[in-house]
Amino acid sequence: MSKVSFYSVLAEYASVPLDEQFAAVTAEDVRRSLNKMTPTIEDFMNFMSPAAVPLLEEMAQKASRLTAQNFGRAIQLFTPLYLSNFCSNHCVYCGFNCKNKIPRDQLSLEQLEVEAKAIADTGLKHLLILTGEAPAKAGVDYLEDCMGVLRNHFPSVSIEVFAMDQDEYARLVATGADGLTMFQETYNEELYATLHPKGPKKDYRYRLDAPERGCKAGMRVVTIGALLGLGDWHRDAFFTGMHAAYLMHKYPEVDISVSPPRMRPHAGEYQPASIADDRDLVQYMLALRLFLPRLGITVSTRESAEFREHILPLGVTKMSAGVTTAVGGHTQEHDQVGQFEIADTRSVDEMCDMLRRCGYQPIFKDWEPIELQAKASA
Amino acid sequence: MCEDIFEIGGVKLNSRLFTGTGKYGDDSVIPDVCEASGSQVITVALRRMDLESATGNVMDFIPKHMQLLPNTSGARTAEEAVRIARLARAMGCGDWIKIEVISDNKYLLPDGYETAKATEILAKEGFVVFPYVNADLYVAQSLVNAGAAAVMPLGAPIGTNRGLKTREMVRILIEEIDLPIIVDAGIGRPSEACEAMEMGADACLVNTAIATASDPLMMAKAFGRAVKAGREAYLSGPGATKVHADASSPLTGFLGGE
Repeated sequence: MSKVSFYSVLAEYASVPLDEQFAAVTAEDVRRSLNKMTPTIEDFMNFMSPAAVPLLEEMAQKASRLTAQNFGRAIQLFTPLYLSNFCSNHCVYCGFNCKNKIPRDQLSLEQLEVEAKAIADTGLKHLLILTGEAPAKAGVDYLEDCMGVLRNHFPSVSIEVFAMDQDEYARLVATGADGLTMFQETYNEELYATLHPKGPKKDYRYRLDAPERGCKAGMRVVTIGALLGLGDWHRDAFFTGMHAAYLMHKYPEVDISVSPPRMRPHAGEYQPASIADDRDLVQYMLALRLFLPRLGITVSTRESAEFREHILPLGVTKMSAGVTTAVGGHTQEHDQVGQFEIADTRSVDEMCDMLRRCGYQPIFKDWEPIELQAKASA
Repeated sequence: MCEDIFEIGGVKLNSRLFTGTGKYGDDSVIPDVCEASGSQVITVALRRMDLESATGNVMDFIPKHMQLLPNTSGARTAEEAVRIARLARAMGCGDWIKIEVISDNKYLLPDGYETAKATEILAKEGFVVFPYVNADLYVAQSLVNAGAAAVMPLGAPIGTNRGLKTREMVRILIEEIDLPIIVDAGIGRPSEACEAMEMGADACLVNTAIATASDPLMMAKAFGRAVKAGREAYLSGPGATKVHADASSPLTGFLGGE
């Protein structure tokens, strides 16, 4: 029977000695999992275990085959557009934390039109819009207005904003938003409370269920993830995979993706509690691909150009390009502070050159907004 | 042997291999794949078409002589499939439409009920409808009634390259359904396409197995030949197969010969 919330799945794991279970996995267990056609949660655990590390090449070979078979040699490109950095949250690790003394800005619809045009001119068709959490200034009404501008330029627009109610997501779906990105940051509820001491984001459970509300509201693509390094990255990575499997099982009509961001330097003083190194991140991505062959995997410009190139065949399906994390950063010259530092600063053209050189096709357009077409003709 | 022409939707085809445009690392290989395979019909997802693109468009790589078969990939309901089909026609892609209604992103299995609904609406609007469905007799019959031009049963889940897993059900469709049967999805090897054609399928659609091969051109050529060989075997009426060697009338020999 399907669960009411992923929260109850997490509750079942509260008393499970995960670290001991990971440590008990043997190389034989990993090999057995590698030979399975339909891996289970136990297999995912085996792929994520220390015993899997010496077998990464074998895992990579299979993950690469599965990725090509399911998604082809193709990478969908998108870019983020920061609409507003006003925020009422106190996330201790974030550059947009309301206590940080940084210039705050929010795009007017006129400014947005200029930004949208500049991005569209690079050829990109998939857009991710972002805000902080300031409902009075940049709430659902503002996002609806923004969608009115953006849908003239982009066939697909995803939102990475504050958690909201199902009917609010549905309002945005009706304006043409078709994707939801919602990072849980950490699945550790106690740690979450200390990282989000004040502000609306403090509500762990409300955020945890947000991707599910997005699925119910009709979002086509839902992307989740934990910010690796806030807590024990290994546990958070494991629970992200579990969360993705939960959503895929319960909402088979929704395209579920995972993004595995690692912590980077930023304007605040918070430093990572654990570091996921390159090998760790590769193991995580391979484990995700082997466990969930149809899962989308998004890799951002937090990662270096060199690393992004190396991991192309391992399971990636979407990448950002031509990125700025500052409000108005696509057209404005002034010194804005971004949400985080980006490592891969390549333009869209440079990304395409790299992809083609590596034998991959950059995909600019992978959706036709049929709902809006129908509305327009009605 | 007379020339074997496959006539469908008012078009006469020499090749019974349909191909696709997805999953290539570089779309510029598509014209060569068409040539190597001999295919004359190619399917393309409307969601990927971008006629105003400055960054290249899959349509630029489809040779002019190919019959275009736009598909409704991404549709989750009959209504969405119908909208996509109308958009494809409005974009100048012609009247052929392959209906894909899939609301299961894990296995990508088609929804027969929604597909039949979309087929009925679009056939009435003059589309030549190619519905992609499970190999199910009742679904296939509903598609006949809905006005489909063909039935496209899957050999195995899309993109899996697992072969003709639905062999026995496809055989029933070939026997019972008075429409062309085009095996679509799951075929991973030329021998499997050949087998489908030997059984009497009218055509095969192959994309993933060609697009993800190490050498797509050689694989395209192999599929073209396999489909042709299977068709010729079917037309030539193969002899019956038997499990045991044939002794001469061990049970009725006592009746004596003439």
